[in-house]
Amino acid sequence: MIWVNAVIQGLLLGGLYALFACGLSLMFGVMRIVNLAHGDFAVLAAFLAYSVVTATRVGTLGATLIVIPVFAVFGYFVQRGLIQRAMSVGPLSTLLATFGLSIVIQNALLQGYSADTKALNPGSLVSASLHLGGRIDVAYLALITFGLAVVVLAALQLFLKLTRTGRMLRAAADDPRAAGLVGADSRHLYGIATALAFGTVALAGLMFAMRSSFDPSIGPTRLLFAFEAVVIGGLGSLWGTLAGGMVLGLAQTLGAQYDPAFTLLAGHLVFLAVLAFRPQGLIPARSVS
Amino acid sequence: MSTSRPVADTGDDRPEAASDTVGYSGAESDTDTVIGTGTETGMGADTDTDTVSDMGAGAESDTVGFGGGGGVKAGRHPELPVRRGGRAIWSGGGSAVVVAVLAYLPFAAYTSTTQTIVTFFILVTMASMWNLLAGYAGLVSVGQQAYVGLGAYGVLLFSDWGVEPYLGVVVSALACALIALPTSLLAFRLRGDYFAVGTWVIAEVYHLAVTRDGALGGGSGRALTTLSGFDPTLRQAITYWVGLGVATAAVAGSYLLLRGRLGLALTAVRDDEIAAGSSGVAVTRAKRAVYLAAAAGCGAAGGVLLVSQLNVAPDSIFSVQWTAYMIFITVIGGIGTIEGPVLGAVVFTVVQRLFASAGVWYLILIGAFAVCAAIWLPRGLWGLLSSGRARVSLFPVGYTVGGLAGRGPLCSGAPAATSSGASSGVQ
Repeated sequence: MIWVNAVIQGLLLGGLYALFACGLSLMFGVMRIVNLAHGDFAVLAAFLAYSVVTATRVGTLGATLIVIPVFAVFGYFVQRGLIQRAMSVGPLSTLLATFGLSIVIQNALLQGYSADTKALNPGSLVSASLHLGGRIDVAYLALITFGLAVVVLAALQLFLKLTRTGRMLRAAADDPRAAGLVGADSRHLYGIATALAFGTVALAGLMFAMRSSFDPSIGPTRLLFAFEAVVIGGLGSLWGTLAGGMVLGLAQTLGAQYDPAFTLLAGHLVFLAVLAFRPQGLIPARSVS
Repeated sequence: MSTSRPVADTGDDRPEAASDTVGYSGAESDTDTVIGTGTETGMGADTDTDTVSDMGAGAESDTVGFGGGGGVKAGRHPELPVRRGGRAIWSGGGSAVVVAVLAYLPFAAYTSTTQTIVTFFILVTMASMWNLLAGYAGLVSVGQQAYVGLGAYGVLLFSDWGVEPYLGVVVSALACALIALPTSLLAFRLRGDYFAVGTWVIAEVYHLAVTRDGALGGGSGRALTTLSGFDPTLRQAITYWVGLGVATAAVAGSYLLLRGRLGLALTAVRDDEIAAGSSGVAVTRAKRAVYLAAAAGCGAAGGVLLVSQLNVAPDSIFSVQWTAYMIFITVIGGIGTIEGPVLGAVVFTVVQRLFASAGVWYLILIGAFAVCAAIWLPRGLWGLLSSGRARVSLFPVGYTVGGLAGRGPLCSGAPAATSSGASSGVQ
């Protein structure tokens, strides 16, 4: 029964990882870049929400509704002001610039908020859980996170498939020059893709912050989990990302059940095994690019 | 993408390659330069002239191809001898003087000073290795802390087995290269941006594996006790010399590596991997060789770190901050130049000392500087110094085409600079 519980918790944890990963996947699918500061932006969003909650009376839900749109707009300008310029210099520059950004954000948060751990209180949700019989209890927060992941992925999929902007995004991803010839402004579209990525990563950061405590140094680990979810699931496939996140979450909770010190290692080893034996990932689809 | 791609034809000892003729048809701006190394053996061969056959805009279209370079050469121009960018003897002599002065320092300076310089040596070593990877082999690794950590723990492990720690630094570096071989098989499945994050994950795996090993002190780490018999001043001096030796080996090793056959292969791979592969460069083998060399170098740096600090903890030795230092130093100094990492390490050390009392502000400052450098100054500070008419090159690894004096080296400098330099040079 303990193991069944671990499986359920792991699969639900996968929803959080998929939420972290979809922004990474989107940016790679559209712009062919990996934002190495992805995890640190999630942490930045969590600290921003923490400040909003402590400074105002809007509560955690209100802070979430404020921080996510702010972050999306922020993402648009980060792309136009920084990433776009780095992209025009070369593929090396985007990696170096986003990695530098990651270190700057981490240390700036360290200076501003100290290394103490913080937490976001989601209200009554934090303790409430759904009793499934036996010794299996599922926290509402985990269910909500998983549900949000499914909704966000479905919405992204529909956006890319059905809307005019989504179609132009896919065109710009395939060939920015050809897309430009038919009137798509690839830089503006890249900005929109980054805005979406930042919005989702802010949501992921906030859900993480409600679930467990956070400090300025946890960003890189979030990036690694997101990256592993993307690679395990299969590059460029949004639903693959969800599957990858669930496999990663499963590996971690089962590893933790075996030995708590084995949690992270189990996830990394599953990632390396996929890399060695199935480098195309679980669902090697081409739904984003 | 660049408009021109210098392509080196390395594995070639056809007799015609030894003849100093140049044929090129500069019909279009999209020129491709093929440099046949011929029988040249690498370092020390600075006055050799080699064959340049430039095949116009053909390399990308399937119809012209590379076969044309060996056989029919259309539109021959007057001969253009190709030379090394400079004489090795000047770099060798100058560096020997600098190293000799540095080697004398423990007799003249306080240990606090030499301690700072040991840290500087470690940074120079690490940054030079990262520069080899990213600047020459195009491998952006964010996981070099794996070898820093393994190098340090290697010294600890070998000292448990009775190996003198200073000798252990060398043994441990070699062990790191050995570990890097199977690691590269896995990591090389990923390319570009994904390689960067993949190496980071692999570094985390080594970190967690070492943390789980109780004999190595587990999560809290352990001290190196076998050096406690030494007189502290003598120990500090020996550590300093070992650090100097490792840093010198890193810089000189990079230089010799790049002046040799591998350097030419790497330059070709960096400029256009597919074209290099199709003209006979063993692309993956060249990259793997650099990856192993960089692993050994970072391992040696980790070893020096341990003999200088005498204790090690997994969380700090396997921290990604080492790779952050490597990246910042290299990017600020000038990626793709031998001099860049040394200059960058000087800047880094100075900034770190100046802001030592202000918490982590130095890292925020240097990080922001590196972000700006990556975007607005892709050739770094050294590129700034060596641009324009008066090109300075302490460690020339490139080539210049005779008759185009003053137009700069053909195959040196940062990727962006190389392309522009080459196109302006050949047209």
